[in-house]
Amino acid sequence: MLQIEGWKRVLITLVCLAGILLAVPNLFYDRVERFNDAEAAIEAGVTTPEDAADAGLWPGFLPSGLVNLGLDLRGGAHLLAEVNLADVYAARVDAYWPEVRDALRGVRAEAGTIRRQESAGDALVVRISQPEGMAAAVEAVRGLAQPIQTLSGVGSTDIEVSGAGDLLTLTLSDAERARVDEQTMQQSLEVIRRRVDEAGTREPTIQRQGADRILVQVPGIGSAQELKDLIGSTARLTFHEVIGSTGDPEARVSADQLLVPVADPSRQGELRILERTPVVTGDDLTDAQSAFDQNGRPAVTFRFNPAGARLFGAFTSANVGQPFAVVLDGEVVTDPVINEPITGGSGQITGNFTVEEANVLGITLRAGALPAELTFLEERTIGPELGQDSIDAGQVAALVAMGAVVVFMVLSYGLFGAFATVALGLNVALIFGLLSLIGGTLTLPGIAGIVLTIGMAVDANVLVFERIREELRTAKGPARAIELGYEKALSAIVDANVTTFIIAVILFALGSGPVRGFAITLGVGILTSAFTAIFVTRLLVVMWFERRRPKTIEV
Amino acid sequence: MRLRLVPQETNFDFFRFRNATFGASIVAVIASLVLWLTVGLNFGIDFLGGTTIRTESAAAVDVGAYRAALEPLALGDVVISEVFDPTFAPDQNVAQIRVQAQDGAEAVTSDTVASIEAALQGVDPSITFPSVESVGPKVSGELVTTALVALGAAIAAMLVYIWLRFEWQFAVGAVAALVHDVILTIGIFSLLQIRFDLATIAALLTVLGYSINDTVVIFDRLRENLIKFKKTPLIEVMNRSVNETLARTLMTSGTTLLALIALLVLGGDVIRGFVFAIFWGVIVGTYSSVYVAKNVVLMLGVDRDPKSPDAGTQFADVDA
Repeated sequence: MLQIEGWKRVLITLVCLAGILLAVPNLFYDRVERFNDAEAAIEAGVTTPEDAADAGLWPGFLPSGLVNLGLDLRGGAHLLAEVNLADVYAARVDAYWPEVRDALRGVRAEAGTIRRQESAGDALVVRISQPEGMAAAVEAVRGLAQPIQTLSGVGSTDIEVSGAGDLLTLTLSDAERARVDEQTMQQSLEVIRRRVDEAGTREPTIQRQGADRILVQVPGIGSAQELKDLIGSTARLTFHEVIGSTGDPEARVSADQLLVPVADPSRQGELRILERTPVVTGDDLTDAQSAFDQNGRPAVTFRFNPAGARLFGAFTSANVGQPFAVVLDGEVVTDPVINEPITGGSGQITGNFTVEEANVLGITLRAGALPAELTFLEERTIGPELGQDSIDAGQVAALVAMGAVVVFMVLSYGLFGAFATVALGLNVALIFGLLSLIGGTLTLPGIAGIVLTIGMAVDANVLVFERIREELRTAKGPARAIELGYEKALSAIVDANVTTFIIAVILFALGSGPVRGFAITLGVGILTSAFTAIFVTRLLVVMWFERRRPKTIEV
Repeated sequence: MRLRLVPQETNFDFFRFRNATFGASIVAVIASLVLWLTVGLNFGIDFLGGTTIRTESAAAVDVGAYRAALEPLALGDVVISEVFDPTFAPDQNVAQIRVQAQDGAEAVTSDTVASIEAALQGVDPSITFPSVESVGPKVSGELVTTALVALGAAIAAMLVYIWLRFEWQFAVGAVAALVHDVILTIGIFSLLQIRFDLATIAALLTVLGYSINDTVVIFDRLRENLIKFKKTPLIEVMNRSVNETLARTLMTSGTTLLALIALLVLGGDVIRGFVFAIFWGVIVGTYSSVYVAKNVVLMLGVDRDPKSPDAGTQFADVDA
């Protein structure tokens, strides 16, 4: 009657052993972490003597997966950034201008002369001198539209063209905007990832959230501000021909020129008038490094790709004796005079940098420009000491909680209580094992979740034990009582655990950050506590019963 | 010798004072709602937007000096409070500073943080900032919505699950108990002005899980007894079910509360609000399982005619 098949016993034991084995690395957290870092470095092909030494810290045949510590435990910075997607539209529309100009020249007979108008935002507006030729002009520009493939839209094109009076307006279609948005997000994610990786921090989390947001979490970084310095600037670098300079910020320039302020604070108020179309841009860079110039001032050296080198060489050859401007994120960093043609494809930017700024600029130029600006909606910095304090406090609380529950259980249920205690220990090991396996993140509320699980995990055991007590009273003999106890308590255990599990799923789906970490530990804790209560305790009880064959039992 | 929280056989009449206890619950719920509406919750930056800065220093916290230092920055509403905790070292003096979201700023402004830090360092050069958190008004608005959706979704899911596994009267009873627990927790948070943030919502959801757990165990026994004692009046079957599960109820809340007390005392101040919400919820949840959920079922009555299409529960025997 009171039987568990042999294969089930083996399976239960194996699961427990696997859980313990997977949990063990967490007891030697620092050691295993260094081992993992060393392994990763060796795999990447860069080895230092320290890595080789660290690689010997942990036996390679043992599992080395660890529970990730959340930012609130490890310390670090958390940023939620919104990508200003609309930024990109203007640049996209701008790129149509040469084609539009050529197309309108083709219908000059009907439309007359054309002139581009300054326009706000993401529309390209052209005034034509013969409004009666508008239909032909619109027709000509529409000819530039490209069909785009979308899941829903059949026959949508990338641009929309309309004419009113003597003004022709070109805007991006909704389908094209959606496509551009998607591209911008992918590109932003990629650039942020590269910049964070370049800075050499470990295990950063860079995730897209929703339509236009990016979550960046970097453990171990000193403050959110450092992270913002790194990913906050778009780092759009362009080289322009200089047309003139002015001190009047309201100065009017033509539509194909730019008015850009000078970054150097000692030359505050100065502006440069530049050719709108850059000679070369940061996209043509292959490398950038922080360095020092011949006067020992911080500088950034860079190297162009062959196409960029050719363009820059041709430009400098044609403009010896003239200044050119290096513009970074809307400010003229430097505007040196070209002394001789620069054909080698490399150069140096000396602005008014600190060493730190030159460093960050080197990284951001290497990683590429962000396609759009970021707005920061949320930022959190947690110091590493605070996280360590929390871990310590959580450990103490967990041990005390465990001790109290064990004493309480043994006092109440004697030997059966001891069985439940063993199961409880296994339960905690399984939680850590499972979290390590799935790469779950432990957060401060997550520790609370584990402590809570310690309290609640005995619930299923209590349900069973109380039921066995009741069944014993109706005198059916111990074996039958134990069997009935498990059988009848099962429905309550299942209902109780399913309901809590539903809550954990909802928390996971809707929560973020620490709350999500809590949901994971709660959910994992429910699975493991149900497993230990239904299978492990039962196996222990049955094995004890088989060995002793007691005539009476006291629960 | 075993520790017994309750005698082997109990026969308390749990429903003797059911009008009084149910009335008390209603009064408590109304009082909580009144507190919520008049005193209001002490929302954290998750829901209001703004910045919190935790300071730590070897020198004693001087709230007045901090306030005076921040006065010239014209930051609007600034709350400075000293934090005490038994886990702190003797020379660890911690304070929490909360600054409201700055007008007109859609996003987080780091200049504000930098100026606050500089001002405080002027008062106490040894001061450090173990944590700085800022939430922009745009995100905090969304967090409120998400939190409400999470609570609503959890309660709706419980309603459906209990309905499928038991009967609709049980589902209504269980959900009434859940709403009761949530409102009472909001009430105590309003009364004691404990910070109410995203973690508190997680705590509330956990309380829902615990409370429903407790309710379900007694319902499960009730379902069993309703089949066993077909002729006994409902109130007696219920009372019997509560008595039979009493030992378990007290054991489980006992162990859970033990664990929570350990966490409350030793877990550090950062999660104290979170743990307190669960602690309170376990107590209220245990009470409401008997005195709210069961009372509601008792009032609604249970259809015990096996021929009625509504009686019985088509999914009740699934797997268990």
